[in-house]
Amino acid sequence: MDDFLAARLQMAFSLGFHIVFACIGMVMPFFMSVAHFYWLRTKKVVYKDVTKAWSKGVAIFFATGAVSGTVLSFELGLLWPKFMEHAGPIFGMPFSLEGTAFFIEAIALGFYLYGWNRLNPWFHWATGVVVGISGLLSGILVVAANAWMNSPAGFDYIDGQYLNIDPVKAMFNDAWFSQSLHMSVAAFVSTGFAVAGVHALMILKGKNVNFHSKAFKIAAVFGTVAACLQPISGDISAKDVAKRQPEKLAAMEAHFHTERNAPLIIGGIPDTANKTVDYAIKIPGLLSFMATGDFNGEVKGLDSVPKDEQPPVAVTHYAFQIMVGLGMAMVLIAVLYFIALWKKRQWLNSRWLLRLFVVATPLGFIALEAGWTVTEVGRQPWIIRGVMRTADAVTPMPGITYSFYLFTAVYISLAIIVSLLLFRQITMVDELYDSENLSKDKLL
Amino acid sequence: MIYVVIVFLWTAILLYILLGGADFGAGIIELMTAKENKAKTRKTMYKAIGPIWEANHMWLIIAVVILFVGFPKIYATISVYLHIPLVCMLLGIIARGTAFVFRNYDAVKDDMQKVYTPIFVYSSLITPFFLGIIAASAVSGQIDPLANDFLSAFIFSWLNWFSVAVGIFTVSICGFLATIFIIGQTTDEGDRAHFVGKARRAIFFVMGCGALVFLAAAVEHIPLATWIFGDTPGLIAIIAASLSLIVMFYALNKNKPILLRLLAGFQVAMILFAATYSHFPDIVLLKNGGNLSLLIHQGQAKTIATLGYALLIGSLFILPALVYLIYIFQTPKKASQIAE
Ligand code: HDD
Ligand code: HEM
Ligand code: HEM
Repeated sequence: MDDFLAARLQMAFSLGFHIVFACIGMVMPFFMSVAHFYWLRTKKVVYKDVTKAWSKGVAIFFATGAVSGTVLSFELGLLWPKFMEHAGPIFGMPFSLEGTAFFIEAIALGFYLYGWNRLNPWFHWATGVVVGISGLLSGILVVAANAWMNSPAGFDYIDGQYLNIDPVKAMFNDAWFSQSLHMSVAAFVSTGFAVAGVHALMILKGKNVNFHSKAFKIAAVFGTVAACLQPISGDISAKDVAKRQPEKLAAMEAHFHTERNAPLIIGGIPDTANKTVDYAIKIPGLLSFMATGDFNGEVKGLDSVPKDEQPPVAVTHYAFQIMVGLGMAMVLIAVLYFIALWKKRQWLNSRWLLRLFVVATPLGFIALEAGWTVTEVGRQPWIIRGVMRTADAVTPMPGITYSFYLFTAVYISLAIIVSLLLFRQITMVDELYDSENLSKDKLL
Repeated sequence: MIYVVIVFLWTAILLYILLGGADFGAGIIELMTAKENKAKTRKTMYKAIGPIWEANHMWLIIAVVILFVGFPKIYATISVYLHIPLVCMLLGIIARGTAFVFRNYDAVKDDMQKVYTPIFVYSSLITPFFLGIIAASAVSGQIDPLANDFLSAFIFSWLNWFSVAVGIFTVSICGFLATIFIIGQTTDEGDRAHFVGKARRAIFFVMGCGALVFLAAAVEHIPLATWIFGDTPGLIAIIAASLSLIVMFYALNKNKPILLRLLAGFQVAMILFAATYSHFPDIVLLKNGGNLSLLIHQGQAKTIATLGYALLIGSLFILPALVYLIYIFQTPKKASQIAE
């Protein structure tokens, strides 16, 4: 493996790892606050139990998210010093605001986790909400920074110099809105389905059914509502990509030639040598319509940019199919769930619906990782689109391969320990929160 | 505006050393505590640190963000030449942060604790050690931008007697800060006496490590003494820090926890001031005699202005909340109610 590839993989792994924890850290506080709200309103102990059980999960995820984020803020320089030297002052605005948001989040979390019985109950509740809001804000800000890499703005690039820097314009670049919206909704989808799946499994096993049903419902409602919004936001993103990065859209769709009345290609195996896609379903005109709003609109193909500026087709195309496929599957589950809620209450107690949610546990996160692969691989060979190539940004230090192995090992071990902790957390629910006997509060 | 940014950078570094340092020190003390007292030390420490440790570590992030937004050339240079110690420090940060949370939030208290605890204490030692190495290497002219072999570019830039001595010194400071901090956290007289004893030993240990730093500087031909004592302000800072030690011994005897903390904070601030004042505005000295200066290698005016405003506005939100958080959880009486 050469150092350049190692650096790219290390960056991708670190972000792919961080994003899972970041999403949970930004969405779980909302679930928690809803449960907490019910507890304060109804005084049913089960809601307090759910809140406390979740808040322990949040503490674990928050810490892991925080350390992996700290690593990232150094890794940007460790792996891509040339990029940061030029990009830092331009796209740094969201990062410096993000620092504030993190800080508030960490402070609010301190209040929240340690504030039981010590703060005014509603003030305590509000600190939980602040954790969620500031987490969401940090997510939006950091994605705005990433959007700048896709759609550089706020400077003039003249003779290799970055002049007339305007950090505010850089932050509000063309891609920030569609990307941040899509990302925020995705965080709710993936966390909602993951949490609902775990609680559905426990209900199926007949453990603490009251506790797990309450928890399931909160997570499932968030997850399914977000799942239905996601295709709408995805459509906004796709139109946006068509405008600002036609070569990325072409790679997503494995669309080799510029043409009017372009078909939407679903599935299939892209053959880059012959510039065809085998075994695919093609719906005539639909891609033109989705990208431009007109069945006869022109969609740029990969041939619209020189060969050495074309992103890898296969990875981008597969990743895009995975994201959209899973997104649609989750919409389907969401629709079934809504029918159950409004029309067919008996479905809610049926095992098949719960099983469906169990199966769907990882889908949101898989779609999330796939989506990032689309954005990042689809931007290649550029690190700042049209301005700086990824290969020119990499650190001159040799031996990154070892650093890649090292960090991979660390992330894998962390993932294993966190899963173990979570598993123990869930199996302990019986003992810790047996709401039936309304035991006194044993934790924290 | 550039001076606002520099003040924030300096303050963020200071607060990271003080608050994060006390936090690392907690792990170091646990390592140095006799077996029979370990459980108690750990409990007192956890109560003190639990609610704020996450916030303590934010200062590091703030410092890094200020560096890469405002002084990208400096950030890039440090990242390239000090890659290896940075990675070591990051591994320490990962191990420590996660082990701390895991051992307090694992729902089942069993043999896994035996795994978390050593990871926690040893990484508490490693992280400030490499932090010291990184800081020392940046300011001591060991980074060689003209090097063309791996060893002199990426290893000897940080692996030398001076940097290692500063690493050890940083560790000793963390231990010292934690003992001072914990004194204010104890409610029981016996515990207090125990930690006061520890604090006395820590002070002498810090002084010993400080002497080691000067020795190492002499070995490496680094004009440390001229840097620190050469300017009047630096000299005054060091004298003030030394004088305050006398007050500190008095406060140790008289049970004045708040005064103790203020003094410890003051001493560390003075040491940092003396160490940074003499070659301000340069913060990275290079082997070929070149310097990276906060004033010359700053970002463009508009970047610095927005960064300055972002920091000012951010601190309006952060500081009151942080003070309130510390206030609520740091008075011993209240802290004792947290656990159950
Ligand atoms: C739960 C996760 C999830 C789901 C179900 C979907 N997406 Fe997505 N998608 C993401 C998670 C995601 C993401 C990981 O969050 C990305 C990466 C960057 C971004 O802003 O969002 C993304 C990027 C992304 C992009 C590239 C944006 C860019 O580069 O600016 C497009 C065009 C779409 N998505 C389109 C869709 C469509 C049409 C979907 C239909 C169902 C869809 N996504 C479902
Ligand atoms: C958290 C979700 C993200 C994931 C899963 C992700 C994934 C990836 C992947 C797969 C690559 C490798 C692309 C390739 O080499 O072909 C990559 C590269 C990179 N990403 Fe992201 N990314 C994410 C968000 C971000 C954000 C928010 C930023 C910056 C603000 C960012 C900055 C970079 C950089 C600097 C590289 C290296 C250069 C490159 O290969 O393009 N990424 N990321
Ligand atoms: C799409 C990508 C990203 C998203 C959505 C995201 C979001 C978040 C969120 C919500 C948190 C709060 C931690 C938690 O609640 O668990 C967090 C933590 C953190 N992230 Fe990211 N992040 C992303 C990428 C990055 C990148 C590229 C960096 C590097 C500069 C970074 C740096 C950090 C840092 C330093 C923390 C720790 C802050 C703390 O202690 O609270 N993140 N991230």
